[in-house]
Amino acid sequence: MISLEHISQSIHEALSASLNSTLVLLIEMAIAGVLVIALFAVLGLVLVFMERKVSAYMQIRLGPNRVGYKGFAQTAADTLKLLIKEGLTPDGADKFLFNLAPLLVIIVAMLIMAPIAFTKGFQLWDINIGVLYVSAVSSIGVIGILMAGWASNNKYSLLGAMRSGAQIVSYELSAGLSVLTIVILVGSLSINDIIASQQNGWWIFKGHIPVLISFVIFVIAVTAETNRAPFDLAEAESELTAGFHTEYSGMRFALFFLAEYVNIFIVCAIGATLFFGGWMPFHIGSWEAFNHVMDFIPGIVWFFGKVFALIFLIMWFRWTFPRLRVDQLLNLEWKYLLPIAMFNLLLTTVMAITGFYFK
Amino acid sequence: MQYEEVATTQDGNLVINVGPQHPATHGVMHLVITLHGETILNVQPHLGYIHRSIEKMCESLSYRQFIYSTSRMDYLSSHINNHGCALAVEKGLQVEVPERAKVIRVLMDELTRIASHVLWWGAMAMDVGALTPFFHAFRERELINDIMEETCGARLTMNYMVPGGVMFDLHPNFVKKVKEFVAFFRTKIDEYDTLVTYNVIFQERMKNVGVISAADAVSFGCTGPVLRACGVKSDIRKLAPYDGYEKLNFEEPLETAGDSYARYLVRMRELRESLSIIDQLIDNIPEGEFQAKTKAVLKLPKGEFYSRVETARGEFGVYIISEGGLTPYRIHFRSPGFANLSCLNHIAKGQKIGDLVAMMGTLDLVIPDIDR
Repeated sequence: MISLEHISQSIHEALSASLNSTLVLLIEMAIAGVLVIALFAVLGLVLVFMERKVSAYMQIRLGPNRVGYKGFAQTAADTLKLLIKEGLTPDGADKFLFNLAPLLVIIVAMLIMAPIAFTKGFQLWDINIGVLYVSAVSSIGVIGILMAGWASNNKYSLLGAMRSGAQIVSYELSAGLSVLTIVILVGSLSINDIIASQQNGWWIFKGHIPVLISFVIFVIAVTAETNRAPFDLAEAESELTAGFHTEYSGMRFALFFLAEYVNIFIVCAIGATLFFGGWMPFHIGSWEAFNHVMDFIPGIVWFFGKVFALIFLIMWFRWTFPRLRVDQLLNLEWKYLLPIAMFNLLLTTVMAITGFYFK
Repeated sequence: MQYEEVATTQDGNLVINVGPQHPATHGVMHLVITLHGETILNVQPHLGYIHRSIEKMCESLSYRQFIYSTSRMDYLSSHINNHGCALAVEKGLQVEVPERAKVIRVLMDELTRIASHVLWWGAMAMDVGALTPFFHAFRERELINDIMEETCGARLTMNYMVPGGVMFDLHPNFVKKVKEFVAFFRTKIDEYDTLVTYNVIFQERMKNVGVISAADAVSFGCTGPVLRACGVKSDIRKLAPYDGYEKLNFEEPLETAGDSYARYLVRMRELRESLSIIDQLIDNIPEGEFQAKTKAVLKLPKGEFYSRVETARGEFGVYIISEGGLTPYRIHFRSPGFANLSCLNHIAKGQKIGDLVAMMGTLDLVIPDIDR
């Protein structure tokens, strides 16, 4: 069976055989960079297509079905359209910040990709504080959104950006706290350690009710953090037309759009890693035969399967729920989610100290 | 009216223009909103973007012709607008409308009410951010449009009611299709409830928002579901029955809270009432003429004629002054949307901008009805 780990290792060995170590590192970085950008493009295409098909399914429509086989080329055609479209900069906009904002947002999305483990030994950067790195870097994205809203010189954009700022900063707290519950149980911030700790069972099954609660909080918080409905106040199209990216057109708009979908992928990847064992296959206790069959499915399939299941969940939210109001949104976070998350963290700590979880 | 293009007032409050092109206004309406943060201090509607002076145009049209222009006012209840005009002309002509025509008119009115409320339901859910209900609503509305198309030949601007009756007889499929629709739609209303009405987020967005007291609603001239949500009996079908509504057994839904949720509930209950009216009539359509014999050229005697009907949005009044000629001397329409819009500033003050959109949704504004 072809394993991605073997491929990456054999590339490394082949390069090391003929070149010195600095050159090897440079070439490998270039390969990784190209791969990440390619993954970005593919994710953008796949997720946008998936969202359109999921929404069509829920809205008793067919969705895109003309361009390419069953509409698969629709997003590619849309991207082409956006590429050749004029990127307007409104009069009175702060040109520098206006152009910088989409780049900042997309760069942040790219940076968070680094510590995510796609399968065994297939990871860009095995950093020992992986989870902390993700929470820290993802907070930078809000600056891009605020920048876009402010630089557009549009009142709708400004309102959307201010909403988004309040929202992301608040919900980062409960997202962070729910991530911490797993960190406490594992005792490590490294993504690889967290995955390794779930060899005998995923945390969602091992961790009793506290982990279930933290998973629910995590899903709510990351939905809010990625500005998805029912927390899409930043771009609430019935109130603020398009919120913070009202004035953006062409490829700059596409960058915001791409960053949104990549962010969804990343938060779902983190969720899958923390609660569903990342690329770890599904095992049941001592059912040897069953476990062996599960092991046969490659880790990358497990990983993407879990991630896409979570993405589907978040898309399902978007096409079902109405939007919250801005004060209800902040009430939900500060009055309900945050206290619950804190208490839950305490509970998990007690659980971790006493060892009261399935091992 | 002149107003300065200002970004902020002197107190540092934000002034934003919602519309004339904006997804929330469902048409070309222009709201100038003064905001303090997210809180609304003042809402000033600016009208006139699609004013077509329909009332003035009607003065040069004959009594048969002017009815057709009223389909273009509240396009979602064109049958009921036509009905109101036909009633006013019939008052002047002293024509007795055949029983069959009366029943057909009531059936069409109620189907129109359902179609209008269904579209309102979808659009209002879209206003509060849920996009899916809009498509579900259109699935049901499309069935009604198909029924209308068969009988009236049109899907939106029906022009089916004429002085003395209706223009054509019912299509042979009508009864069968309406029965199918009613059975289908009963299951779908329950689906609407589970999808939107019982949703916690939706209820939180609607309750205690946009509250208007009964006294205020009356003084603003609100009618229809907006007034009934304050607990005031105001259904013209009950107060001044026309064309056989007095023989029907239906309830007038009343709520007392006066908030957005009460307006929502009133409309949802009206959907069920309309279904029960259709149920009562669909098997009892009398045989006979569908149109009374009228002269080819209608002339109303000198005088003033007023009729009122209950559209999906409230009371629609038609006021005709005749000098005895071929065309009306003066026509005025009392449109429900205009009066309902006037309370917007009153109920929106102090609320959040997101709720303004929801409130406009529950007022069920149709812009061509406001700007005639």
